[in-house]
Amino acid sequence: MIPDDRLYTAQHEWLKVEDGMAVLGITDFAQQELGDVVFVELPAPGQEFAAGSEIGAIESVKAVAEIFTPVAGSIEAVNEGLEDAPEVVNEDPYGEGWLVRLRLGEEGPPDDLMTAAAYEAQLAG
Amino acid sequence: MGKVQRTVLYGRHVESGARFGPFAGYEMPIQYEGVLAEHRAVRERAGMFDVSHMGEIRVRGPRALALLQRLTPNDVGALVPSRAQYSALLTERGTFIDDLLVYCLDPEDYLLVVNAASRGRDLELLETAAAAEDGGVRVEDQSDQTALIAVQGPRAAEIVSDVVGAAAADLRYYSFLRDLPAEDEAQRLVSRTGYTGEDGFEIYAGTSRAEDLWAELLERGRDVGLMPAGLGARDTLRLEAGMMLCGQDIDEETTPLEAGLSWIVKWKKGDFVGRDALARQRERGCRHRLVGFEVEGRGIARHGHRLTVRDVPDCAGPVTSGAFAPTLGRAIGIARLDCGESGPPAPGSVASVTVRGREIDCRIVKVPFYRRPREGV
Repeated sequence: MIPDDRLYTAQHEWLKVEDGMAVLGITDFAQQELGDVVFVELPAPGQEFAAGSEIGAIESVKAVAEIFTPVAGSIEAVNEGLEDAPEVVNEDPYGEGWLVRLRLGEEGPPDDLMTAAAYEAQLAG
Repeated sequence: MGKVQRTVLYGRHVESGARFGPFAGYEMPIQYEGVLAEHRAVRERAGMFDVSHMGEIRVRGPRALALLQRLTPNDVGALVPSRAQYSALLTERGTFIDDLLVYCLDPEDYLLVVNAASRGRDLELLETAAAAEDGGVRVEDQSDQTALIAVQGPRAAEIVSDVVGAAAADLRYYSFLRDLPAEDEAQRLVSRTGYTGEDGFEIYAGTSRAEDLWAELLERGRDVGLMPAGLGARDTLRLEAGMMLCGQDIDEETTPLEAGLSWIVKWKKGDFVGRDALARQRERGCRHRLVGFEVEGRGIARHGHRLTVRDVPDCAGPVTSGAFAPTLGRAIGIARLDCGESGPPAPGSVASVTVRGREIDCRIVKVPFYRRPREGV
C-alpha cells in the first residue's frame, strides 16, 4: 500500500509536508530495488539545499543511490537512528525509515510531485 | 552483444522469487530473499547458487597434457585423476586472459571451467593451440550442455552427500567424484570446490538433469536452512574470502605475481605462455600490487574509487572491488596500487579513499579478510 498522506517523486522518494516542514524518505519500491541497506549518509542539520540537489546517499550491499531533495530548504533534523540501524529503511520506509526533515524555503514544494494514486500508476506503467 | 541467455534453471529461480540482472551475457539471479540473508546462510548453514553460466571446455587427446602445460602457469602434470587445480590463461606479457579450474578426468582428458565472459576467447585460444597439435588434442565446448550448481556452507556436506552420494562427504578440498553415464556425454561431476571461503561443493550435471537436481538439493536442505543464493551474495562472500574476480580485480593488465597469486606459477615445470615476462617481473619486483583494505571511517569504497596510502608518497590506485562485508560488519575492498619503487604498503598502513568528495580512513590489511573456522579434519 502506498500511503496517500504524502507526495511522491519520479525518483521514488516521498515527501510529507506539514506546517512549513517536509519529511523526506524513499518509497517501498525504492528500498526493494536497492536491497539490504547497510549505510545511510545524511547531511548535517542546518545545511541549506536548493530543490533538486543531492543531500546524501543510501548504500545497499550492492548499490549506491543518491538522495535528492525535491524541495528547497534547510535541514532541520536527520534520522540519527539510521546510523546504527540502516536496515530500518528496508523495514519501514514510510515510517521509522524516514531520512531528513527540512524547513521549507519560501517557494514551498514544487507542483510536479505526484499523489499516491499517480505514483502507483507510474509504478504500474 | 548477442542475445541475452538464460540458464536451464531460470524457471526455478522465478519460482523462488529471484530478482535478475545481467551478467556476462546471461540474465542471472542476483538475489532471492536478500544479499545479507543469503550471505549469512552460506556462512552459518548453506546456500545454493546456479552458476551454469560458467563455461566448460573439454580438452582431450594424447597431446592434451602438453598443450595445457604450455597454456597455463600451474603444473597440470602434478594432477592425478580426481584432482583439480586453480590456474589461468595468460598473455605473453604474463597477464590474465582468464582464471580457471583444471579438472583431470584422465591423463589424456581434462575439463576446464572458465568464466562466462571470456569463454569465447578461451575457446579460440585453445582451438588455435590444438590445431597446431595435428590431431593430438580435441577441444570441445560443453558449456551449453552443462549446468553447474554450487552448494556452499558448513552444512553443505550432509546435503550434497544425501543427494548425490555419500562418498561426496569424504572428498578432500579440490578433489572430485565423477559418474559418467555410459550413453550420453553429459558428465556428472562433484568437486569440493567453491568461491565463497566456506566448505562446499560444485556439481556439474547435464542440463536435462539440472532442474530435478536443484529441486532435490533445495528439498533436502530445507530443514538445515539452505537458501538459494544469488550473484550478489556470491560477490560479497568471495570478496571476504579474498578471491579475485577475473575481469574486475585481475585482467589483462594484471599478472599473478601482482595479484598475490604467485602460487599458481610453477617455475620448475618448464616453459609456458607468459613465463619470460613473469620471470623478468619476479627479478625486478612488481610495480603494481593488489592489496586488501578495510574502511575504518563511515562509508563504503566501491569499484573505481581511488585509494591513497598516506605514508608512502605516490602510492595510490583504483579500488577494483569494494563492498560492505556482512560477516565483518564493515566495508572492505581490493585496490590495485601503483607504488613505484617503494614496494607494496605493509599491512596496517593508513590509507584513505575518496567517496562522494569525502575522504574516508582505511587501513591496508592482509587478505583473506575472512577465514572460516576449521574443524580438526
